[in-house]
Amino acid sequence: MKELKVTPIKKGTVIDHIPPCMALKVLHVLKIPEATSSAVSVAMNVKSKMGKKDIVKIENKELDKREVNKISLIAPKATINIIRNYEVVEKHRVQLPDEIVGIVKCSNPTCISNFREPVESRFIVVNKDPPHIKCYYCERDTEDIAERII
Amino acid sequence: MDFKGRDVISVKDFSKKEINEILIYAKKMVPYAKGEKQTNILKEKILSSLFFEPSTRTRLSFECAMHRLGGNVIGFADPNATSQKKGESLADSIRMADAYSDAIVIRHPQEGAARLSGEFADSPVLNAGDGAGQHPTQCLLDLFTILTEKKKINGNKIVLLGDLKYGRTVHSLAYALSLFGAELIFVSPQSLKMPKEVISECKDFGVEPTNTTNLDNAIKDADVLYVTRIQKERFPDAEEYNKVIGTYKVDTELLKHAHNDLIIMHPLPRVVEIDPHVDKTPNALYFKQAFNGVPVRMALLSLILGGKKL
Repeated sequence: MKELKVTPIKKGTVIDHIPPCMALKVLHVLKIPEATSSAVSVAMNVKSKMGKKDIVKIENKELDKREVNKISLIAPKATINIIRNYEVVEKHRVQLPDEIVGIVKCSNPTCISNFREPVESRFIVVNKDPPHIKCYYCERDTEDIAERII
Repeated sequence: MDFKGRDVISVKDFSKKEINEILIYAKKMVPYAKGEKQTNILKEKILSSLFFEPSTRTRLSFECAMHRLGGNVIGFADPNATSQKKGESLADSIRMADAYSDAIVIRHPQEGAARLSGEFADSPVLNAGDGAGQHPTQCLLDLFTILTEKKKINGNKIVLLGDLKYGRTVHSLAYALSLFGAELIFVSPQSLKMPKEVISECKDFGVEPTNTTNLDNAIKDADVLYVTRIQKERFPDAEEYNKVIGTYKVDTELLKHAHNDLIIMHPLPRVVEIDPHVDKTPNALYFKQAFNGVPVRMALLSLILGGKKL
């Protein structure tokens, strides 16, 4: 009998088609392991039709829109599979919105959004894949997006 | 085109057609800016002049522009005398100024401060410089100076010299000059090169700027030499500043390489980058350029405050 490297989950989310070696960054932006006490499986450099990919399986958790937007910033081709009772009940590709609010901290230390003002950070999405975002306030491009996700 | 009530945060907020309209109106403002003619088209209007950072020309020319249009000015030039000192947020300061006046002009050390101010004010906000970010009225007066001296903007060969990395005026100017189809040459020390995103914006308009460190060659057939100060206050490290200060100096010797009708511009203040002997040459345009801030800001204030057209 063929043995699966990672077993199916009963309930939760499978994030598929993550670029190779980016799975740990996905966990980082989802604040895992702090954000969940359920089982999390990570598969890296898995062979697929399109080359290699990473996969993350999170049991007992369905991602909200904000979490999906975070993933779209570092894995724009990722797909989100919602699992209930071992069945995929929902499957969609992440979609980076035209504007990102309150998710990324501006990399410019002298941007007004990094000071004590009653506003959330705000970015205009210049390009979706690869992601290229520009701060709405200081108009600077943000590099190392994964490191800037709040 | 309706400018009434609009914020002036970045030159990118305006189309080429709108910029042209502002420049044409600024030309009409010149005799009023000089005091040769009088007008009261902004009588009863109040401008808040909020300068959280030092300024000479920008603040004085904005205030002069408002007075020349018959309006009034309230505000401060020293943030230490305001509630900012007590820890008040910029958003709250703007809410107050909004309640007291019809328009707000702001200079602030943090990039994006003017854009944020626009979110908290119903009145129009004019950006008078936000840190190393935008300075749209400087850009407009630079375009106005080139237009009035050279009769056109497109087709001119324009050298931007000095701190092209941190200098806020050159970023907006490179964008606007590309919008108008000027030829651009960027001259700077290696460590102060024009950021790639600015170069990319120039290319979007079909302009391919030349990058060089050689000023002598760059000005040989240039129409405009735009000099900038290497700004000590923008450097994260004093040692880096000391390495580049004095790299370029515009003097009468250098001008021997240039055409007679080259005009030299500078947003001022200058420190060591232009020799004072150049001031007496017909090439020196920087003081006239500084005056041009008045008619250009008069045109903008009049347009956004809905003053009767002159």
